[in-house]
Order: sequence, then structure tokens, then C-alpha cells
Amino acid sequence: MSQYVVGIDLGTSNSALAYAPLDEARLPIGLLELPQLVDVGVVERRRLLPSFLYIPAEAETQAGGLGVPWDASGKLVVGAFARDHGAQVPDRLVSSAKSWLCHAAVDRRGPILPWGKGDDGVRKVSPLEATARYLLHLRRAFEAAHPEAPLGQQRVILTVPASFDPGARELTVEAARAAGLPNVVLLEEPQAAVYAWLEKRGESWRKELSVGDRVLVVDIGGGTTDFSLIDTVDEEGSLGLRRVAVGDHILLGGDNMDYALAFALKKELEEGGAALDAWQMRVLVQACRAAKEALLLDEDAGGPTSQAILVPNRGAKLFKKNLKAELTRERVLEVVLQGFFPSCGPDATPEQRRVGLTQLGLPYATDPAITRHLAQFLTRHAREGEAFALPTAILFNGGVLGSPAIQQRITQVISTWLAEADAPEARVLSGAELDVAVARGAAAYGQAREGGGLRIRGGTARTYYVGVEQPMPAVPGYEPPVTAVCVAPFGMEEGTALDLPAQRFGLVVGQPARFRFFSSSVRKTDPIGSELDPLPPDLEELAPIETTLDGTAGAVVEVGLSAAVTPVGTLELSCVDAAAERRWKLEFDVRDRAA
Amino acid sequence: MSTLAPLGFFARLGFAFSLFFKVVFDGLFAARAAAMADQRLPETAGDAAGAPGPATKESSAAAAPPRPQAVPEAPVRAAEPQPAAETSALQLLSAFQREGRFLDFVKEDVATVADGDLAGVARLVHAGCRRVVDGWFTLEPVWPGEEGAKATVPAGYDGRRVRLTGNVTGEPPFTGTLTHHGWRASAPRLPTLSAGSDPAILAPAEVEL
Repeated sequence: MSQYVVGIDLGTSNSALAYAPLDEARLPIGLLELPQLVDVGVVERRRLLPSFLYIPAEAETQAGGLGVPWDASGKLVVGAFARDHGAQVPDRLVSSAKSWLCHAAVDRRGPILPWGKGDDGVRKVSPLEATARYLLHLRRAFEAAHPEAPLGQQRVILTVPASFDPGARELTVEAARAAGLPNVVLLEEPQAAVYAWLEKRGESWRKELSVGDRVLVVDIGGGTTDFSLIDTVDEEGSLGLRRVAVGDHILLGGDNMDYALAFALKKELEEGGAALDAWQMRVLVQACRAAKEALLLDEDAGGPTSQAILVPNRGAKLFKKNLKAELTRERVLEVVLQGFFPSCGPDATPEQRRVGLTQLGLPYATDPAITRHLAQFLTRHAREGEAFALPTAILFNGGVLGSPAIQQRITQVISTWLAEADAPEARVLSGAELDVAVARGAAAYGQAREGGGLRIRGGTARTYYVGVEQPMPAVPGYEPPVTAVCVAPFGMEEGTALDLPAQRFGLVVGQPARFRFFSSSVRKTDPIGSELDPLPPDLEELAPIETTLDGTAGAVVEVGLSAAVTPVGTLELSCVDAAAERRWKLEFDVRDRAA
Repeated sequence: MSTLAPLGFFARLGFAFSLFFKVVFDGLFAARAAAMADQRLPETAGDAAGAPGPATKESSAAAAPPRPQAVPEAPVRAAEPQPAAETSALQLLSAFQREGRFLDFVKEDVATVADGDLAGVARLVHAGCRRVVDGWFTLEPVWPGEEGAKATVPAGYDGRRVRLTGNVTGEPPFTGTLTHHGWRASAPRLPTLSAGSDPAILAPAEVEL
């Protein structure tokens, strides 16, 4: 029996949990204060749980004080202490597990984190396990506060980036299951931000938006940037919201800005003969973050023009051997605003640096210019007759956008584009708390699901295709041409299923059948079963999908394909033998398990 | 004056802390504070003489906050020797040190340190200690309104919340100028210590391998 709706923002760098009692009346949504280790032996409650996992050495665990109220063992540490202490011991620190979870080029179920260093006795975990650990921590924290309400039995909404592919979504659900949360429902983060705004505004949102409005959600977190477009539509006489586009997954966020500043200063300090250790680097990054906020204030708003940055030595003598640097407003403007938010035209595209050897590791965005990524996003999702999608309103989300200067810069760049297109200026929708809006919005969405409140419609954010090889004689050096067949059109709603009408595949029983798998965020009108030959450039190849048909080995079964969007929010593809009424689920994320 | 009651421990510590910075960075204020402290010295001594049991003495010795105010005529409420009180004082110091290098700072002799260096360190200490204060307490002014504005203190006012200074004559209501809006801490959120930890270790020694 559920007593609560619970929204969980499982962020790349910070997680949060918001909840409200499940009741007839809409009760206000509260944030759970999350107990976590902040120092050896000290557990504090904070509203954000840093998504970091520290793997202590045996001796550290035995020395004690690494436990939390529900787990005294201290074998793995999650939260603030993990982040702060782990920064000095990167070989034992798992960070950005979420980015690894959607990185199809690695084995996401394999023990690969902490990334890098070979076997030096540090226990390794998989991106899946790290994610499960964060969720388990949140679950235990909730149950410590509400012992009568096991989290697994509550209505839990878990947010994922809008740009998460089907494999990453499924892994997220799997991690939740491993953490004892068998019944989560997924929600896209930018949508959650909109729900948080709606919750904050109450019914008055209908005065701020009207039919024909197009809301651009700009979500810049610590490590990722995500864009979505949400249209205001007329639904049988009342206002409705429809998510019409989501952007690509961009590994670029506020942390990059702080690091960019810190590295600029580090270089300066090192040229002066100083050497910084990992601890000092962390202090420098933190100092840069704080100074950035202050220096980005307008001079008119009383902002300083420069700020002294002090990196103290680690000993007790606070005035000896300190490293001092000066961060000027000019430099912050140059590094943060010019570097990450340069002025550009609406037709700009991110610079692609071609690297000969693809390095494993996270596929960080090669172009730090968020405005160019934004221009590309809007251009891709232009409607008929538009040069680019014209937003009428902007909703900001993510801790970075707590800085008014960055909000202003983005607004100003968009205004220039809109002016060029003779379109009216976009207004900024404000109100929600930026760092916890996603968790709150997820809980609000949970309430809307329960109580028939307003819901954003959208369905699948992409169109999905499987690759079918064309029969032709083998020619060395040439791959056989591939046709992409649409298996799941754009906008398939939760709880719907579609069968591929015509195509049939002969699959051999007893051995893995593997399909190449593609998606597109811009081809929104391809109906199910449509064939694309040759492959258009706007398809993006995902990790292949695979199934193994059980039965008499060697036999050939003729199957069709079927797609379903589960009520949870994951995509499910199956091979269907209509005659025998059997189906085999196609697995995402198989490449590396097989390897 | 008789309506004054002793400030709670955290109020004292918080106040001591803010005074510390005011004294260090505001020369005029320091001079005024020194004058005030001189005036009150005998009273302070009297107060200490009447202080209750050893637990209280110990805890104030451990935390060693400069006592900002003397409360001579107030009934001295025997502070309940709560086992947690001492621990939480140590915890607060430990957090100040961890986040803001507070102990390193106050244990330094700052007399000869150049102002520029002091300012740089103060920023660091300030940012860290503020994180702790913001995280542990919700602070709000006792008296809403701008300092310097007119304030009317009604009859039957709560002497724990408002202190009258200057020449108090006649009957309330009193009208005066708000010189300090006061601070009130609500809902302190203290961390928990894991069993077996030693709160007296405010900061462990660090050995890098």
C-alpha cells in the first residue's frame, strides 16, 4: 500500500529526493534531508546527495567511522565525504556514473569504475552498480525517516535525461530494481523542471502561457546539458502541454566551467613556481566556483571587478605557504561567458574536432560552446517555413543557471536570433528552485499521475530503426548496404504497442540474432515500417540489439518485429512469431557482455 | 535589566563568532567592545563565581568562546548537564575547522599579518564557516525591520528577545532606534556522530602516503 509519491533526481553530480503524502488533497511537496557521511565519523543531513562513490582501502574501513546509520560497515561511501575525500584519491573515486551509464561503448555492467588505472587492488564497480548504490542510499535515507513506508512500495518517479537512449533507460530501471525499487516510473528531467514550475505557479500558469506558446527548457547541470521544446496546445478546449523535441546528450556542464577557471589559475600559479596537489586543486575549484558567482554579477549590481583566490597550505599554519591568485571579472567573462556561451548566429553548429583515434573514456562534448549546441538544436527542430524553432518562452533549470549573468547571456543570445527572424522576444519563466526543481517536479508528476492532473504528453522522443542488410554477393572491403526500417515512430505514448506490418525476418534458432539499431531525433514523421535506403545522415547508430531464439537449434523461424513503450517509460522491442504466438525480447546493451 | 535571561549556548557561540570578525576587521567596533568589556569585567567575575557544576565549566572551557555579555542580575538557571551539549559544541568547532579552517585561524597570531593576507584568509574562513552555519541552523532576525529605524517596544515585552540599551526611564512602551536586529536560530540540524568516535578530536592529524 503506497503512502507517498516520491520524486528522485538522480543527477550526474548531485541527487535529491522530494516527496508528498499520497492523499486526496494535494499536499505540499517536501524535500528529504539526506543523511550522509561528511567527515570520518560525522553524518550530516543535507538536501543534496553528491553522486559520488568512494571505495575505501581495507585499512580505512577498519579504522572505522565510515559507516552511516543504516550500514555501519563503511565498505563503500556515498555522498559528500566520498566527493571531498575522494577528490584527493581519484583512483578510489567513482564519479559521473550516470554519464557512463549512457555510454554504449563500454561494458556498463562490467566492473570498470573508477575508470583508468589498472588492477591495483581497488575494488571496481560497474556503472550499473554505482547507480544502484546511489539509489540504495536514497532508499535507506527515506526509510530511516519513514520506517513505516518501504520506498519499494511507494510511487517512485525517477528522472533521466531526455536524451537517454533506450539502453540507458533500461539500465536505470535495472539499477532501481537492484536497489529494491521494483516499480519506478521514468520521467525526462526537462519535463520534471516544467512540472516543478507548474507546481510553483499553481493555476496561474494558464495566464502565463497560451495556445501556440513554445517553451524552450535549458537544463545545465553539473556535468550535462539538455534541451527540450514543449508546445502549448489546445486539448479539447483546455490548455495542454506537449513535448515536441529533445536534444542530444551533451556532456558539458557547470563543473566544466569551474574547472576551466581553476586550470587557468593553476597554470598561472605553476608559472610562478608553485605546485598544487590534488587537495589544493579541489580547494581552487571550489574557490573559483564561489568567485565566479560573485564576479558574474553586473558591475551595476555591485559586483566586484576582481577577487582574491587563496589556496591555503594543508598544515595548521594558515598564513604560511599559501598560494594566492587573482580572479578578475574580465577573465571570468572570457572563460565562462565567451568560452561556454559565445555569441553566435542561429545557424551555428558545434565545432567537431576529428580525432584520429577514438579514446575510450567519456565522450565529452568537443565544443564547449553551449550556445552553438543550442543553435544546432533549434535549427534541427524548426517547423516548416522556419529557419529554426522559435521559442516564445524559456525555462531554465540546473544549478549553473542560478547565476543571473549566465541566464541573461543565454536570453540575450536567443533574443538576437529571434530578432533576426522577426519573431517576438521570448520571456523567461521563473520561479522554481534550480537545484532541486527536478526532484520536486518528479514528485509533482507523480501527483498528476495519481490525481488526473495536467500531464505533458510526448511519448518517445526519437524515432527508432533497425538495420536490415540487403542481400548481395560478398565484396571484400565493402559492407553490405543496410536499409533502416522504422520500428518505433516518434511520439509513441507509454503503454502503447505497434507491430511492424510487412517485414519478416528469418532467424536461426539457438544462436544470437543481432540487429544494427539506429535512432533519430529529427525524423518525426516516418511511420512504422517505412524503409530508409540509403541510410540518411540524420540517423545516429546506437549499440546493436540482440536476442537469442530458444527452441530446436538450427531451425529457422520467421518472425516479425514489435515495439512497445512500457508504462515505466522504457522501450521494448521483440521478435514475434505470430503463428506460434511466441515473442523474444530484444536486449539493448549487449555488445560488451558478448565481448 | 532584570528581564534579561542567559543566552543559549549556540546563540553565545554564534554571537561570539560574529563578534570575533567584527573585532578583527572593524577597528572602531573593537575599541567600543573593549570599552564595554572593561566596564563589565567585575560583573563577569561575579557571574562566573555563581556558575553551576563542573560540567558547564568544562564545556565552556572546551569551546572557549569569548563571553560576549555579562548577565549579572538574571536568575542563573543551572544549565542541565546534558551529555550532548558538550559534544555538540565540539562538533560545531570541528565543522568550523573542517569547512573553514576556523581553529587554524583563531590559533594564529594575527597581530603581524598584513591586512591583505588577512583578508584572503578571512574570505576562506568566512565561506567555510558560513556553509556550516547555513547548513546547521536557520537564522532569522529577532526584530524585523531595518537597523536605524524607529522601534517601539511594547509593555510586557519579552526580555529574552529584546534588550534595551541606553537610558531606560519611565514605563513601556519604549520608543527607540533599532541598533541590532538580533538573531534567532530555529531548528538546528546537528549531525550525528558514529558510535566510538571521539568528539574531542576536532581535526585528525593527516599523514599523506
